[in-house]
Amino acid sequence: MTIECLILGAGQEVGKSCVVVKVGGKSIMFDCGMHMGYLDHRRYPDFSLISQSGDFSSVISCIVITHFHLDHVGALPYFTEVCGYNGPIFMTYPTKALAPLMLEDYRKVMVERRGEDEQFSYEHIIKCMKKVTALDLKQTVNVDKDLQIRAYYAGHVLGAAMIYAKVGDSTMVYTGDYNMTPDRHLGAAQIERLQLDLLITESTYATTIRDSKYARETEFLKVVHNCIARGGKVLIPTFALGRAQELCLLLDEYWERMNLKVPIYFSAGLTIQANMYYKMLISWTSQKIKDTYATHNAFDFKHVRPFERSFINASGPCVLFATPGMISGGFSLEVFKQWAPAEINLVTLPGYCVAGTIGHKLMSGKPTRIDLDKDTHIDVRCQIHQLSFSPHTDAKGIMDLVGLLSPQHVILVHGEKPKMALLRGRIQTELGIQCYDPANNETVSIPTNRTVKIDATKAFIKSYSVTNFDVLSTRLVGFTDSNHADVEILPTLGEKKAAEGILLMDKTKRAKIVCENELLLNLGVEEHSLRLAYCCPVHMDCLEQTSYQSTSGSSIGFEKGNSSPAAATSPECQPERSTCILGKCSLLTTLLRRLESQIWCKNIEENPNYLKLKSIKIHSCSKNTCPYRTKDESGGRFTLYFCCSWSPVDQDLAWKLITIMKGTNTSLVQDTCTMEEEMPKN
Amino acid sequence: MKLTCLSMGHGLYCPPCHMLELCGFRVLLECPLDLSALTVFSPVIPNSAPDLIGAVPWYKTVKSLHLWDPSLIDLVIISTPYAMLGLPFLTCLHDFSGKIYATEAVVRIGCLMMEDLVSMHAEYNQFYGPDERSGCPGWMEWEELEKLPLELRDIVMGKDGEELGSWMPLYSATDVKECMLKIHSLRYGEEACYNSTLILKSFSSGLEIGSSNWMINGPRRNFTYLSSSIFKSAHAMGFDYYSLRGNDLILFSDLSVEMTHDGPNDAYGCKIYNETVVEDPLPYHISAVGANCASEQDLVKCLLENDEILEESDKIAFICSCVLDSLNEGGSVLIPIGRIGIVHFLLEKIWQYLELSNMMVPIFMISTISEEILAFMNAMPEWLCEERQLKLFSGEPLFGHIELIKEKKLYLFPVLNSSNLSMIWQEPCLVFCPHWNLRLGPAVHLLSRWHKDHKSLLILEEGVDAEMALLPFKTLSMKVLQCSFFAGIKLKKIQPLLELLQPKLVLFPDRLKSQLNFSKNYTHLYYSENSTLRVPCLKEDFEVRLMRYLDFKLQPRILPHENLAIARLEGQFLVSNGNHLLVPVKNPTHISSKQQLNWGSVDPDLLLQALKDKGIDGLISYDETAPCHGVHSIHISAPDEAVIEIDSKQTVIFAANENLTAVICETFSSVCSGI
Repeated sequence: MTIECLILGAGQEVGKSCVVVKVGGKSIMFDCGMHMGYLDHRRYPDFSLISQSGDFSSVISCIVITHFHLDHVGALPYFTEVCGYNGPIFMTYPTKALAPLMLEDYRKVMVERRGEDEQFSYEHIIKCMKKVTALDLKQTVNVDKDLQIRAYYAGHVLGAAMIYAKVGDSTMVYTGDYNMTPDRHLGAAQIERLQLDLLITESTYATTIRDSKYARETEFLKVVHNCIARGGKVLIPTFALGRAQELCLLLDEYWERMNLKVPIYFSAGLTIQANMYYKMLISWTSQKIKDTYATHNAFDFKHVRPFERSFINASGPCVLFATPGMISGGFSLEVFKQWAPAEINLVTLPGYCVAGTIGHKLMSGKPTRIDLDKDTHIDVRCQIHQLSFSPHTDAKGIMDLVGLLSPQHVILVHGEKPKMALLRGRIQTELGIQCYDPANNETVSIPTNRTVKIDATKAFIKSYSVTNFDVLSTRLVGFTDSNHADVEILPTLGEKKAAEGILLMDKTKRAKIVCENELLLNLGVEEHSLRLAYCCPVHMDCLEQTSYQSTSGSSIGFEKGNSSPAAATSPECQPERSTCILGKCSLLTTLLRRLESQIWCKNIEENPNYLKLKSIKIHSCSKNTCPYRTKDESGGRFTLYFCCSWSPVDQDLAWKLITIMKGTNTSLVQDTCTMEEEMPKN
Repeated sequence: MKLTCLSMGHGLYCPPCHMLELCGFRVLLECPLDLSALTVFSPVIPNSAPDLIGAVPWYKTVKSLHLWDPSLIDLVIISTPYAMLGLPFLTCLHDFSGKIYATEAVVRIGCLMMEDLVSMHAEYNQFYGPDERSGCPGWMEWEELEKLPLELRDIVMGKDGEELGSWMPLYSATDVKECMLKIHSLRYGEEACYNSTLILKSFSSGLEIGSSNWMINGPRRNFTYLSSSIFKSAHAMGFDYYSLRGNDLILFSDLSVEMTHDGPNDAYGCKIYNETVVEDPLPYHISAVGANCASEQDLVKCLLENDEILEESDKIAFICSCVLDSLNEGGSVLIPIGRIGIVHFLLEKIWQYLELSNMMVPIFMISTISEEILAFMNAMPEWLCEERQLKLFSGEPLFGHIELIKEKKLYLFPVLNSSNLSMIWQEPCLVFCPHWNLRLGPAVHLLSRWHKDHKSLLILEEGVDAEMALLPFKTLSMKVLQCSFFAGIKLKKIQPLLELLQPKLVLFPDRLKSQLNFSKNYTHLYYSENSTLRVPCLKEDFEVRLMRYLDFKLQPRILPHENLAIARLEGQFLVSNGNHLLVPVKNPTHISSKQQLNWGSVDPDLLLQALKDKGIDGLISYDETAPCHGVHSIHISAPDEAVIEIDSKQTVIFAANENLTAVICETFSSVCSGI
């Protein structure tokens, strides 16, 4: 299975964000924006690449819009009302509330001021927004059985979201625009550590590490303060939403702090309406504003009052917020005409202005005269200040996010080509994640993990789901020579042991994983066990050399501090004991002593009739004609026989024990084979 | 899974409380307080009823909850603001360490309600002075209890005095703050994952802003906790039943059903206390909808029938006209209703009526939290009904009270003796204030001021024992209107709802046994108070995801007789987000070093033949005397000596030669079925 990612916009550029991701039979469109820099067909994404026939509703499963900026939502009414897409559309509550204002404002500028043919009408916007389902943060929406989406806080503007989408087992996040540092009215982006196949992230500041916003805010306040201190008027042409509220918060707070009395005005139409949205959507703002809204809503500005037309030529300093933002006409143009010729006045401009507007002319160079039409012109003598509060994350933020999410693949969009290439290189080398920066209308194919759903029996789950606390008490068996340093290889805690089971694959049913004993039940068969056995001769003269302590049982095994097995060989010999006829039990004990002197291990179980280590059992064999003795290996010495049996899994260990028992143990000196050993039952 | 119903509750303000043992976790559903029991205490007013207990009140918690070890409670789930009032009692226990989940809106409202409770309670402390006794208060002593009238004693002690232990002195504001820190609040529809195993998700229940039903999904359980729900509400987002579809198990915990049918309700579900208004009661359509013929559309239609909202607005209209009548006569109106949504809906409606009849009567809202609640309600559009959300999208205030405050028609005051209140105060007026049990808050004082005024009106909710609540306010000349507002699913809608949700098993309160007859599409069990119900498992196996399937490098072995393929599988076992995952291990153990599992019988001739092919020679002998159907022995003579003994269950290879043994083992695996 692959994820196919078609970049319809914002590929190696900024503008008309639109990505269509196709996976597992579903297609999700992330954002549906317009390009503000073009006026021809290039302003909209090339939707014909999605479907030649124009039947978009059956091809696209859903559209998700990240935030209300036009380069993310601008083409939506066109796509739904003109192109005829009829399926589900999702966006957050603030986006749903604010996007229509944004769209209508743009439509008005385009149609009424510039006399263009309209691409969509006001009715189109209204109809389009009716089809939108509003999302809350972190709300998990099942669009259909296999498609799940969820919004995370992105910080960029009010209601901006990063979108997590899951189709079957394939997961992805589309970030939209985001900001990793909190600002005056919005918090920082927040997302969980998700296991992702794909991350599509913006990269506006792919290479810049930004200085603090604080410096730029201070600069803005200084410029404004200087202007009003000289008795000048400040015109802040701004769109009603977002920037206006942010600057207003900034100024309101500054006024409070500096105890300024100069009036701040909001032009009509901008005041109550826009602030009302912010007051209702307060839970989407920064923590500080949220914490205090019950007693004082930060968007009830103390120093702000409505503006009246007669104030335009009133004397004395003031600050005025006026729409539209790019001085493309309307009230802000009217005021601009009056204030621009005076040197003491100040006009601030937003970061981006559409070509053809006065704002754009002011930004490109410093014109002294602007011609409105044949007869009217404005002499511009006032100061111009350009705002540069960009609520995008910087390169560090992008790297942090990619690092946090650690997806399998990253696609960069919404940035400048050369910088994106640099960032792509960093992501690949520093984070080791496959990264792409496709151009518009390119498709990136990404392989995903194949996942199969199977059943597991309760017994299987039980044996592995509980954290294995035994790990702590697990001991090791190591073959040691007399003066070797212990090799302790304890598995680190938390590293669970691998689960083992048997997968049953039936053509008609879902595959099922079972434990070994369940397999036999399932098949209706009985186990047929295989054991290996050998009747091992042990020379008594060897036994004589091996000392043992008959006095107490407590000396069996070695204490941890006394871990050098050499200690066991030092106690005095008791030769008179070794000559007497030993009982079965003491024979085994003697053998145990010997084994323990050769291997560092206290896990050998001592039972009355046999010794046991893992599956290996050792009996003493008293039958003189044991059929499993191969030939007489006594060599004339006093020889006892021990019958050993084991299952094939412990073969190596068994043969090593036999070698020790036979007394030809010198070969074991270099052997440091170690293995995990289960706790003895007693 | 086990379910223990700790309490069936007392109506909306004291919802049912359950303890659930699910997937090895202990989940407490709701932690309410029974504030109606507070009526046994005498309010702080002159000439109060002598029978009532004159002391600083204690508060009645869920009795059976004290029997559970708080340290063993893993999870607490809260679905309405009223259901969390008992939480600080739990969280202030130092050995409680469970996680508490509730929706953000419930947490905010609940927190305010607790703070309000604490500040209203302070009045008692001021009156009686600080409590210096340790241990039980005086009224709890046996002699004192014996003196109590029977009704009061029943409330205090329950049957056999078993409820005496559930009384607690109220928590402090600090306890509330600490409690709030321990709650994890969730946004609308947010999924929370507990211990990687349980996935919790809330869906609106329509009862109140933020109140929710819960879906708890574990590895083998899809569990729905259905609390009191309202399909369509005039303020909160309606009951989102659609998202609950497809879960196997439903705990039906909406106990409002019986309540609405109790007692002789009059028109619009309201009754006028002390007076008898003879009007035709609304005919209830209890006859359940035929389950077999209903298609899905029919079911949805039936569920969304507007009769509830119509009835509700009829009821509100009736209340408004009563209010208007009283005001016209020159009497004041006191509305101590606790349900925040209803209060605001009433406020808007009454205002409309006042506007229409051109009356200028001041409306007061007196409560320490009124300002915060109002601010909050206008900033939580995500939890409101569709009509109010549309207001957001068109940029209008979500509730009408913003306008009213601006136009100085509604006044908010924290307490009765606020300094500005006396300047504005005029009667007749309309007052919304707590508390519905008439023992706390400004309602007590206003009632003692107005209770002799026959022109004034008191509006109470159904579920409050009016007789008891009004006991200290004798002689009562004031009109009292007691109304029941919808607080849950109507009986007739239970059946279609369950048809739509398609559960396999439903757990009902035993009280509903006689009132419902069920379809056969699902089984149902009944739970009763203080008994543990063992709920059978519906799924035998766990679902596991085999991640990166191809990396497991399975070596399947085909069993032709069983039509099966089997393969050994080794993987790292993980639990993440409620899913069991098996991922390939980095360094898989070599298959050959593992114990082989063999089954069936071994044919000695076949084995010898296979050995011969590898250059090993031997002879077969047969010993009939051995147990288990005799033993075949193969004596290997070349290249070395060895003996192979085969019986029906076991094969033993005796050999001194390590290499020979290995070859024989290998040959054995080729003739015996195994893996």
